[in-house]
Amino acid sequence: MRVRLLTFGVLRDMAGLSDETVELKEGATVGELIEILRGRTSNDSTGNGADEGIWRSLAAAVNREYSSLAEVLREGDEVALLPPVSGGCGER
Amino acid sequence: MSNEICRVEIVDTAIAAGEIVAAVKDGADGAVCVFDGIVRDNTRGRRTLYLDYEAYREMALEQMRGLAAEAVARFGVRDVAMVHRLGRLMVGETSVLIVVASAHRAAAFEACRWMIDSLKKTVPIWKRETFADGAVWAAGEPFPEELAIHPRGDAE
Repeated sequence: MRVRLLTFGVLRDMAGLSDETVELKEGATVGELIEILRGRTSNDSTGNGADEGIWRSLAAAVNREYSSLAEVLREGDEVALLPPVSGGCGER
Repeated sequence: MSNEICRVEIVDTAIAAGEIVAAVKDGADGAVCVFDGIVRDNTRGRRTLYLDYEAYREMALEQMRGLAAEAVARFGVRDVAMVHRLGRLMVGETSVLIVVASAHRAAAFEACRWMIDSLKKTVPIWKRETFADGAVWAAGEPFPEELAIHPRGDAE
């Protein structure tokens, strides 16, 4: 099956693409999709450890609703990986 | 009674703050609380030149609409407006405007504070800060526990 994968902010810079189609096996979860992307970015980037924190701090959305790692994906889903948000203004 | 409109927008051009505030006001209101978030000229001692905001636009709008509706329900205010701007913003420009109209000031203050605090935690918008000496994606606030995919303290 195919899903649409969107990435934003620092994660988009790491992944290299903001909007792509990813082929997954039937029944794949959000967590499995994240592992695929994570494997890919660690191969073709500098591999420095500073980027690791981003994978711990993510949120994910499926069809524009926040989701869990265990959520099972379906053909045509829109999956977004979201770094911690920083809208508004100034510091916390 | 409540002439509620809940104006929620994401825009790519300057936010017309005065016009939005004027449009929210109604005869039933005793207070209008305005939060005007603007671009500051420094972060932690570095001189800021400009900020670039980007969003997961459709989801951000849905989240903002949810916050507006929840603010009305939770604080009992009459009406709210929430407008966020995207793209490149220079020092002093408005990035986010929140307006809360209410019969009484306490609820207006509380709802306004809650709306900006919630926006900064859950609405998918990001900013890249360009300084005189480099650029970085701003470190966002951690997601609330119920939204993060890895609960805190979850060691790998």
